[in-house]
Amino acid sequence: MRIVPFAISTIVTAGLVFALNKQWGNIPPMGKFLSPQHGFWQNAEPDNKSFNADLKLSGLKSKAEVYFDDRLVPHVFAENDEDLYFIQGYLHAKFRLFQMDLQTKAAEGRASEIAGAKAVEFDKRQRRMGMRFAAENAMKEVEKDPLSKTMFDAYTNGVNAYISSMKESELPVEYKLLNFKPEKWSNIRTALLLKMMAKMLTGETEKDLPNTNAKSIFTPDELKMLYPQVPDSLEPIVPKGTAFDKPGIVPVAPVTADSLYFNQKETVGVREVSKQDVANGSNNWVVAGSKTKSGAPILCNDPHLELSLPSIWYEMQLKTPASNVYGVSLPGSPFVIIGFNDSIAWGVTNAQRDVKDYYRVKFKDNSRKEYWFNGKWEPTIQRPETIKVKGGAAVYDTVAYTVFGPVLYDESFSDDFSNKKDLAIRWTAHDPSNEGMTFYWLNRAKNYDDYAAAIKTFQCPGQNFVFASKAGDIAIWQQGNFPARWDGQGLYVMPGQDSSYIWQGFIPQAENPHSKNPERGYLESANQRPADSAYPYFIPGSYITPRGVTINNYLSSMNNIVPDVMMKLQNNYFNTLAEDVRPVLLKYVQEEKLSAKEKEYLEIFRNWDLMASPDSKGQTIYQCWWDSLEVAIWKDDLDRVKPQAPWPEEQTTMELLKKDSAFKFIDDVNTTEKETLYDVVTAAFRKAAVDLSEKEKNGKLGWAKSKNPTVYHLLKDALLPFARRGLNIGGNGNIINAVTHSHGPSWRMIVQLTATTEAYGVYPGGESGNPGSKYYDNYVDYWTEGKYYKLWFMKDGDKEDKNIKWAMKFSGK
Amino acid sequence: MKFLIATILTAALAFISGLFLPWWGIAVTSLLVAVIIHQKAGKAFLSGLLGIFILWAGLAWWIDMKNNGILSKKIASVLPLGGNAILLILVTGIVGGLLAAFASMSGSFLRSSAR
Repeated sequence: MRIVPFAISTIVTAGLVFALNKQWGNIPPMGKFLSPQHGFWQNAEPDNKSFNADLKLSGLKSKAEVYFDDRLVPHVFAENDEDLYFIQGYLHAKFRLFQMDLQTKAAEGRASEIAGAKAVEFDKRQRRMGMRFAAENAMKEVEKDPLSKTMFDAYTNGVNAYISSMKESELPVEYKLLNFKPEKWSNIRTALLLKMMAKMLTGETEKDLPNTNAKSIFTPDELKMLYPQVPDSLEPIVPKGTAFDKPGIVPVAPVTADSLYFNQKETVGVREVSKQDVANGSNNWVVAGSKTKSGAPILCNDPHLELSLPSIWYEMQLKTPASNVYGVSLPGSPFVIIGFNDSIAWGVTNAQRDVKDYYRVKFKDNSRKEYWFNGKWEPTIQRPETIKVKGGAAVYDTVAYTVFGPVLYDESFSDDFSNKKDLAIRWTAHDPSNEGMTFYWLNRAKNYDDYAAAIKTFQCPGQNFVFASKAGDIAIWQQGNFPARWDGQGLYVMPGQDSSYIWQGFIPQAENPHSKNPERGYLESANQRPADSAYPYFIPGSYITPRGVTINNYLSSMNNIVPDVMMKLQNNYFNTLAEDVRPVLLKYVQEEKLSAKEKEYLEIFRNWDLMASPDSKGQTIYQCWWDSLEVAIWKDDLDRVKPQAPWPEEQTTMELLKKDSAFKFIDDVNTTEKETLYDVVTAAFRKAAVDLSEKEKNGKLGWAKSKNPTVYHLLKDALLPFARRGLNIGGNGNIINAVTHSHGPSWRMIVQLTATTEAYGVYPGGESGNPGSKYYDNYVDYWTEGKYYKLWFMKDGDKEDKNIKWAMKFSGK
Repeated sequence: MKFLIATILTAALAFISGLFLPWWGIAVTSLLVAVIIHQKAGKAFLSGLLGIFILWAGLAWWIDMKNNGILSKKIASVLPLGGNAILLILVTGIVGGLLAAFASMSGSFLRSSAR
C-alpha cells in the first residue's frame, strides 16, 4: 500500500508550495520570486530589448505614435490633448509605476500598508498634517474646471490602461520583493502627488516650534541677532534698488501681541521630527541676449532635491498639432514641469517662504469635539483615520479640524516631553487650488503674457518661475499665495482662542516679487530672500544666501555667454561662504598651540583654492572646522532650552564673526572662564583635526570620499544594492553644484532660445525605473562628470530619423 | 531512457505551464509526468529535481546572460548571497527543483497506489 508515502509526499509538496508562496518577514515569497517565468528574473531586461509595440487601447480618440531615442526618451506625437495625456499616463506607468504608487500612498499616510508597523508614526503625521484633506480640496478645484478635469481624467485613464494590461510577470521588481500589488490610479492620486511636492517644499520652511522655545530664553534683541530677517550679504532675486508699489494690504498686529505673543515665555513640548534640510534648494537663472554670444537668451535650471532611483523626473517630449513641449515630468502627474516649447523656456526653484503657522487651541475635554473660539465652544470636525498595517492590526486615530486647520499635535500625538500643547496648523497647502493647470498653460505659452497668466493661479508650493522667450524677454516671478503678515506674525506659535491672530489676508498676486528685462541683463534665484528690506511685507522663510551671491558674482562679470559656459557654471564648486570665513579663521587660530599634524591641515586650508572639488582636502578641512566652530559657539546657548532652539543660519554666524569678534555667544556658558574667539576657533580646529586624522587614516580626507555622494533607491537602506554609492562628485548645499551626501541637482537643464532651440540636460538616473534595465541609472556617470546630453526636440519631419530606436503605435479600440 | 524522458518531459511541461499558470504550476505538471511515466519513487524524485533544476537554472542563466548580469548582482546582494549571481542561479534551480522533486515523488506513489 503506497497511500501513506503518497500522503506524506503530497503534504510535503503542498507545504513547500505554501511556504514558498508566502512572505516570511523581509524574505519575499521565494518560489514566486525566483521562478524565472514569473519572478524577478522577468525584470532582467535583455540588453537588446525592443520597446516597439502596437497597442490598441480603449479610451484613445485617434491614432498616436511614441518614438524612443537611444536614451529611451519618449517623443509623443498625438492628435489631441486627451490622447497626449493618456499616453503620458501610460508611459509613466509603464516605466515608473512603483514610485507613483509608493509616493502617493505615502503622501496620504498609507506607508504602513507596505512597510509595516515601523511606518505608523510617519503615516499618523501625514494624516494629521491633512495631506488627504489638502488633496481633496485640490480635487474640488479640478472638478470645477472642465478643461482640467478632462486632462486629469485622460492621464488617469492612461495609467490604468497600462495597469490593466500588465501581466504578473511584468510587475516592477519592488512589488515582487515586498509582495504587494499596485493600486489603480485616480485623479486624487495626482493631487496627492502635487501635495507631496507642496509638503516637500513648504512643510519645513518655518521653525515656529523651536523658535517658540528660543523665545522662552532669549531676549527680543538676542532673537534678532540670532535669527535676522535680511542677511547683510543678500543678493535678492529681484535686483537691489527695485521700487515696490505701496502695499495693497497692511496687516495690523493685535493689541495683545506683546503680552500674549512676543513676551510669552512658555515652551512647546514638541520636537520636530525632521530638521529643515537646507539642501532642499535649487538654482535657476536666465541671461538676456545682450550677454550671450548668439544674441538669444539662455535659461538654466537645476532643482535640488533628495536624489533617488528611480529619479523623481521623467524626461519626455509631448507634441500635438497645437502644442509642442520638451522637458521633465513628474511620474504621477500630467504635463511637463520644467522645460521649453517652440517659443519659451521656464524653470523653477523653491521660494522657501513660510506658509505654515501653528495656533495653540484649547479643547473642552479629551474628546476634542469642542474648542474655545471667540468666546464660545465651537465643534471641531472629526476626521477618523484608519491606518492599515502590513502584518499587524490596524491603528486608529482621529484628527480634529478647527477654523485654522487640522490639529497636528495633541495628547494622543506628541513626543515624550512634558508641557504638551494642542497645536493646530494653518497651511496654504490646504487651500483649494489647481497647481497642475499652471503647467498645462506653461507648456503652451508663447510669450511673456502667456507665462505671466499661466503662473498667476499657482498657490503652493511657492516657486521662483524663471522665464525666457525667443522674442528676447527674460523674467522671474516669485509666485505663490503668501499670507500678508504683520511684523513678527507666525514666527512663533500663536494664540488660537480667538480670531485676532488669524491671517488677515494674502499679498496681492501682482505684488509678488518679480522682474522683467532688467538692465543688468540677467536674473537668478537660488532660494535666497526674494527682495531686500524695501519690500513692504514681512516675509519670513528658510532662505539660503550663499549660492545666490556666487551666481550673481559670476553672471554680473560674464559676457558673450555660450551654453558651454553655463554648463560649467552649473557644475561650479566655488565656496563663497568659505571665502568670507577663511580670513576670520586664519586670524584667530593660535598656531603656537597646534601640533605638527594640525599645522599640516592648517597649511592645506590656507592654500586651498576655495573649490569644493571631489578631491579637495581643503574643503573637507574647512567643513569640519566650520561645523565644529558652530557647535562651539552655539550649542551651549541653544541647549539652555529643551527641546533645542533652532540653529542660526551659517550665513548669520559668518556675518556675526565678521562684524564683532567678541559677540556674547562666543563664551561657553558652561565654563567659569570667559572664552575669546581665539580660544574657540583654536579649540574647534583641534577638535576637527581629530575627525580629520580619522578620515585621513581611512583614506577619506578628499571631499567626495568624505561625504560619499549617493543616489539611493526610494526605499533607502532597505534596498541599498539598488543605489549608486561613492560617486566622485564635489559640491555642497551652499555651493552652486549643490551635491551633499544624498541631495543635489535632480535635473540640470540649459536652453538657448535661438531660432532653432539648443537645449541640454541630464539627471542622476535614467528613463527606466526598473533596476534590471540598463536605462535605470545610465545617466548617473554623465551627471557626476558634469556632462550633458543634447536634448533632441523632434519635429514632424524626423519620423524616419536614425535617432529613433523604437516606436510605439497607439490606437483606440 | 525512461529517466531521461521523464526528466525532459518534466522540464518541458513545466515551461508550458509557466506561460499560463502561476509559478506553482510546476508542482502540478511534475506530478502529472510522474504519473504518466512511472518510475520508482527515488528515481521520480530525481527526475523532478533535475528537470526543474535544469529548467529554472537554465532559464535564469540565459536571462542573466542577456541582461549582462545587471539585476542578478543586485538581487544577490538584497538576498544574503554576497552579490554572487552564480549562487543566485543555483538557488533558483534548487528551490524549483526541490518542489518538483516532491511533486514527482507524489506522482510516483499515486501511480503505485492506483495499481
